[in-house]
Amino acid sequence: MVGNAAIKTVNLNCFYDELSVLRNLNIEIRKNEILGIIGPANSGKTTFLRAINRLNDLNLSYRQQGDILLEGADVRKINANTLRKKVGIIFAMPHVLPMTIYKNIAYGPKVHGITNKKAVDEIVETSLQKAYLWDEVKDRLDTPATKLSGGQQQRLCIARTLAVEPEIILYDEPCSGLDPISTAKVEDAMQQLKKDYTQILVTNNTKQAARATERCAFFLMGELVELDDTDTLFTSPKNKQTDDYITGRFG
Amino acid sequence: MTAAKIRQTVAFAILGLIAFLVVVPIVLIIAYIFKNGISAVSWEFISQNPRNGMKEGGIFPAIIGTMLLITGTMICSLPVGILSAVYLVEYAKDNLFTRLIKLSVVNLSGIPSIVYGLFGFTLFVMFFKFGTSILAGSLTLAIMSLPVIVTATKEALESVPATFREVSLSLGASKWQTTRYCVLPYAMPGILTGTVLSLSRAAGETAPILFTAAAFFLPRLPHSISDQVMALPYHLYVISTQVPNMPVEISFATAFVLIALVFLMNIVSIVLRAHYRKKKIW
Repeated sequence: MVGNAAIKTVNLNCFYDELSVLRNLNIEIRKNEILGIIGPANSGKTTFLRAINRLNDLNLSYRQQGDILLEGADVRKINANTLRKKVGIIFAMPHVLPMTIYKNIAYGPKVHGITNKKAVDEIVETSLQKAYLWDEVKDRLDTPATKLSGGQQQRLCIARTLAVEPEIILYDEPCSGLDPISTAKVEDAMQQLKKDYTQILVTNNTKQAARATERCAFFLMGELVELDDTDTLFTSPKNKQTDDYITGRFG
Repeated sequence: MTAAKIRQTVAFAILGLIAFLVVVPIVLIIAYIFKNGISAVSWEFISQNPRNGMKEGGIFPAIIGTMLLITGTMICSLPVGILSAVYLVEYAKDNLFTRLIKLSVVNLSGIPSIVYGLFGFTLFVMFFKFGTSILAGSLTLAIMSLPVIVTATKEALESVPATFREVSLSLGASKWQTTRYCVLPYAMPGILTGTVLSLSRAAGETAPILFTAAAFFLPRLPHSISDQVMALPYHLYVISTQVPNMPVEISFATAFVLIALVFLMNIVSIVLRAHYRKKKIW
């Protein structure tokens, strides 16, 4: 086992009722890397992400075998609230809460017991700065977050996740609803966050995976087909199916 | 005009006419009661005790009685109704117990109000020995209001997008924090509407308080929750059927006051709802 693994799965199998969506997944995610996960729909990418912070548990038909280790600790033995504070997630659609920009960011700190107004102000500012949004919204923190554009909302979601000081950030196709310029801004934010966070980027956009990630995994029909440095995976994939997918022959 | 357009115009006209029929009964009822009763409504009528076999004076004790009963109903039914709906929607897993609760709620709403009256009489008045009292009446009305409150609250909670809960939980908030900050505030308009509707319904009910709370004639205010009270719907029933030679305008005036009271409650709910709706920005 590599010493700097942030997340490691051991024979992970996931099911919804009888439907098997992930089979025998053994994968290691290194600290402070951006790992891309690509693959066609129904290949288990999202299920994998949501298994890490146990959001799958909300689905009553979900079952899981095998382990996910977060720095060596079984995630199912960690309190779900503590785990989700450590492992933040950005959803495909920018789900801002129907409150002001400020309150969206302050929500996380609030539920974790930070009430000091000055401390919260500071968290809001630094989180928004890290998500490349501060300059665009600093004069209107008290306007409803729903008034922001889609790209701004998604960066607000990133800032909101950062505000609870996670160690790992999961992105579930974060740019699927965004225009190219907003997408570029989200990717910029991810690059800036690299030094402090481990990030996993699930994306349907192979070009984005090639641009934004260091290592990349190809999932197909619930199995990990290939995992390699992004450059290698995209220039000389070992597996024929990977080659077919990234060159657009299917998927 | 083309044939299709004519058909559309005719269809809209018919639909509009039918929709207008809904308005007719309420306008007629209010107009009729207003016309017959307004001559007897005065400050004395709503602020004084009945006199001379209820043929003179006012209905002050009945107004206060109804208000007390509604307050008591609210205190008993709101927490139980709202919290059990929160449990059902946010916490309960789908199992036999949950299905039993849901089935009970549905069936409670189908029980005739006189049956609630008899039940309240047996349980609260006789068994718990509360006597004919505000307490027994409020509890009976509370049980009767529960299904509407639970159902309305359930629907209001279910209409809050699941993504709010997901976002909150994904930030590490607990289940209760999620419910408290990300669900309840946005379900509030629906909860209020259902609650006030059920309470204004309870305000006008006669049968449940017939044996549990209402006094035929009691020209003073109650001193404690174990006292009997006069109540508007029962008073209306009494003066309309039990008192010979009752001036008809007194009955209509009483009905008018009862309707006004219920309207007032509905206006409060509309104001509150408008206030909460301003927060609804999604």
